[in-house]
Amino acid sequence: MSNASTNTSKKTDEVAIQLNGVHKWYGQFHVLKNINLNVQRGERIVICGPSGSGKSTLIRCINRLEEHQQGDIIVDNIELTGNLKNIDAIRREVGMCFQHFNLFPHLSVLENCTLAPIWVRKMPKKEAEEIAMHYLERVKIPDQAAKFPGQLSGGQQQRVAIARSLCMNPRIMLFDEPTSALDPEMIAEVLDTMIELAETGMTMLCVTHEMGFARKVADRVIFMDGGEIIEQNEPEEFFNNPQSERTQKFLSQILAH
Amino acid sequence: MSAETAQNARGSGGASLFSDQRFRSLFFQALVIGLLGAFLVFIVYNTAHNIEKRGIQTGFAFLDAAAGYDIAISPFMEYTATHTHGRVFLVGLFNTLLVSFLGIIAATFLGVFLGVLRLSPNWLVSRIVYCYVEFTRNVPLLLQILLWYAIFLALPAVKQSITMFNDIIILNKRGLIVPEPLPGDGFMLVPVALVLALFASIFFARWAKKTQAATGKIYPVFMTNTAMIIGLPLLAFAVTGFPLDFAYAELKGFNFKGGVVIKPEFTALWFALSLYTAAFISETVRAGIQSVSHGQTEASEALGLRPSWTMRLIILPQALRVIIPPMTSQYLNLTKNSSLAVAIGYPDIVQSFGGVTLNQTGQAIEVIFITMLVYLTISLLISGFMNWYNNRVSLVER
Amino acid sequence: MSVTEQQYAPGEHPDLPPPLGEAGLIAWFKKRLFSSVGNTILTLVAVFFLYHVLSAIIFWTLTGATFTGETKADCDLGGACWLVIGDRFHQFMYGLYPTDQYWRPNLTFILMVVAIVPVLFDNIPHRGKFLLFSAIFPFIAFYLLSGGWGLETVDTDEWGGLLLTLVLGVTGIVASLPIGIVLALGRRSNMPIVRTLCVCFIEFIRGVPLITILFMASNMLPLFLPEGVNFDKLLRALIGVALFSSAYMAEVIRGGLQAIPKGQYEGADAMGLSYWQSMRLIILPQALRIVIPGIVNTFIGLYKDTTLVSIIGLFDLIGIGLVAVADVKWRGLAPETYAFIALLFFISCFAMSRYSLWLENKLHTGHKR
Ligand SMILES: Nc1ncnc2c1ncn2[C@@H]1O[C@H](COP(=O)(O)OP(=O)(O)OP(=O)(O)O)[C@@H](O)[C@H]1O
Ligand SMILES: [Mg+2]
Repeated sequence: MSNASTNTSKKTDEVAIQLNGVHKWYGQFHVLKNINLNVQRGERIVICGPSGSGKSTLIRCINRLEEHQQGDIIVDNIELTGNLKNIDAIRREVGMCFQHFNLFPHLSVLENCTLAPIWVRKMPKKEAEEIAMHYLERVKIPDQAAKFPGQLSGGQQQRVAIARSLCMNPRIMLFDEPTSALDPEMIAEVLDTMIELAETGMTMLCVTHEMGFARKVADRVIFMDGGEIIEQNEPEEFFNNPQSERTQKFLSQILAH
Repeated sequence: MSAETAQNARGSGGASLFSDQRFRSLFFQALVIGLLGAFLVFIVYNTAHNIEKRGIQTGFAFLDAAAGYDIAISPFMEYTATHTHGRVFLVGLFNTLLVSFLGIIAATFLGVFLGVLRLSPNWLVSRIVYCYVEFTRNVPLLLQILLWYAIFLALPAVKQSITMFNDIIILNKRGLIVPEPLPGDGFMLVPVALVLALFASIFFARWAKKTQAATGKIYPVFMTNTAMIIGLPLLAFAVTGFPLDFAYAELKGFNFKGGVVIKPEFTALWFALSLYTAAFISETVRAGIQSVSHGQTEASEALGLRPSWTMRLIILPQALRVIIPPMTSQYLNLTKNSSLAVAIGYPDIVQSFGGVTLNQTGQAIEVIFITMLVYLTISLLISGFMNWYNNRVSLVER
Repeated sequence: MSVTEQQYAPGEHPDLPPPLGEAGLIAWFKKRLFSSVGNTILTLVAVFFLYHVLSAIIFWTLTGATFTGETKADCDLGGACWLVIGDRFHQFMYGLYPTDQYWRPNLTFILMVVAIVPVLFDNIPHRGKFLLFSAIFPFIAFYLLSGGWGLETVDTDEWGGLLLTLVLGVTGIVASLPIGIVLALGRRSNMPIVRTLCVCFIEFIRGVPLITILFMASNMLPLFLPEGVNFDKLLRALIGVALFSSAYMAEVIRGGLQAIPKGQYEGADAMGLSYWQSMRLIILPQALRIVIPGIVNTFIGLYKDTTLVSIIGLFDLIGIGLVAVADVKWRGLAPETYAFIALLFFISCFAMSRYSLWLENKLHTGHKR
């Protein structure tokens, strides 16, 4: 992967995600502090920051895996409240990939992919399988469809997880450190998949420390620390000319390796 | 498995050592066999001598001899004191199977229920179940059996019986007396309807699955089938004009006549076994459900699956693999623990055959051998099932 | 919501306390007891249930119970009649042990505590020396309890109550550990005959109920012995209990042996250690460490199972309880008697299961670091 930016923005003016003054507490612990963020449809955002800064918490709030206590989160013009209908609707539009893949070990790769279309979208099995095979081909592992997750390598598992989310035909994808549990050679194959996905114009929010990936595809890089968004900028500006001291320190640490 | 390969590796260590090691192994095994043989000869010799000296009979002829004692509970076959010891064996075996079977059913329902309550988000409920489980598990079962028996024996005497529902159910220290059902003409239709309903529900489940695969439409299979299994027999019952009479118990002289008497020995044993095992099963269920990592729930919910579907499609299938093996061994434990019947005189196989018959005939070796064989057979059957199940569901790992 | 959010420079936002009702006690109540209508109903049902059960228990055991008096007629408050326990307390503790010799079981008990502590906790000073004492404790205990050599001999028939229960439990575990280790090693041995024998023995014992083994020990064992040799009742029961628990112990230990990574076996081989050396120095110490919680759990089971000896006529806690219940003077006081015994068992078994849990947690954190 080269550092040369092949960034071709697919960003539109339509707002996909809107966070206004979001606060979240774990017990007494103030994790997210006054988060304000607008994401355009088609925009690709990379979130980085030191461990414990609240990156995972932030993106998990977007599909209600965590509940926020103050502020508004609006996804696809649907406001996230306690209303179960809204939560269902949002989760149908938002796909998510986890650090540890979280594939269902008792189901084959194909079944992993068809489960949600069949039960949530009420799709006939045949159709669901066709879609699943389509996305498995996109992530380049159609030949593994009959295997079980336990038989795949980490990189393959993460690609299955991506395909599984795509099968629901989401308009937004969230990634929470999708490559940090992987060996270097597997990181590349997962990142390639994600870059291809970015080129289709998918709205993406990625928590990752892969700066090459950020330079290449991101429209915006967000730096978080202590539960706050400290700095956000276009990748070129962000890496070459970081404004805040904390960002500089973080970048120097991360690029030293 | 890994250990076996490790030991194979040990065996093929070096060519020069190999013959030496094999010799040592052969020698050691020969030694073990020799010692065991000598020990057996010693025991057989002593036993033969002792049996002869004490004038104990040998062989299995006693199975055909009249037992000469009464057994209070024999729901499946006629038994009087003139029947043989062989008959005693059968009566005892059936009583063991009866209390074990009913105990397993009650313990499973209660245990699963408690296990789910234990995981309830409601703190108070979960704590109450926790206390119940800890208390039950940490008190010897024998004591619990005795306690329940004492409670049932502390019930009022016959004259002061507790009666419920207009004298239909009568409870006193001699037992629980319920009306005896007397099926009339056409009652056979009810079980037939039940069997039909069972077949129909299997058929419906298959059909629903097929239809879902073809069209994507989801049917409420569970609800429909439950309604069918309960409703169809009821319908048959109503259509045939409720052909069921009851023989009610009546007080005649000093005791009740008629009705079915459920003896306190049975009830106490059944209660204690079910409550005790349910505590263990609830822990198994809890551990099984908790063994499925939270990430699975999150992934499923992130895909948009509702909590009830997440439970049914993701958590339960994985939890069951963890739950079933310890659950079967709890069933096995319950069956073995039913032998504590001897403490309160419920005539299971150990109390009647292994106890009274042994004392009457003095043929300890034969009687204990047969009794143990029964339990061994049950154990082997159950663990055979367990191995089969484990092989069927074991996850494919790298 | 927040109408005017105060503005802070990036990175300067202070930690604020959560909004009222979102954390702390109120939030806890809201979340754990009243999160939904169903949950609230459940809470109310639970409170109702708890109120009735607790008030009944408190009435029966305390407020309505009788603690002082001479005969059953003094118990007229409607609750439990604890007089039977007071009347027979010594029997519950010592059985029929001679009254003037009570100091011997007492001393044994104290020594037992001294012997057990270093086994249970690995952070006490001079553990090695104490462990040595633990090793010889069974012999001291046997001498103290049964007498001879200067002490008045006390027949095992006279041992009873808690004393007998402890004797059975401790002997069971002391005997079953070494037998269990041998059986576990045998089951994993590559000598087919040894392996078959061990598998058969273990599966046989685990396949039958303890009571049939006790029947075997009490009825068949005398037939196996040569003329003139006679084991007393207690010894026969002990043999049965030890055989029984050793099979279960073997399975627990086998679990530990299986959990040891293959590399450890290979490493020991590579060092040129013999089978017994590698087992003794490398494998067993690790395996046993892993399975201590399992051993404690097995012991809890064994301890509860010792009550079965009352069926073959020994006077352990339950045996004494049965005698007390049958006493004409205290007729009908079975619930009190059993409740007292249940309490004794509950306290010890619960403490042991907590200990095992604590060990497990310690073991897990130890592995993580
Ligand atoms: N369920 C929870 N309960 C309490 N505190 C939590 C919980 N989850 C996370 N935290 C705390 O919230 C803070 C933010 O956690 P989060 O997982 O969002 O960090 P992160 O930025 O994703 O870090 P990392 O890079 O290590 O994944 C951390 O300090 C963490 O300890
Ligand atoms: Mg994180």
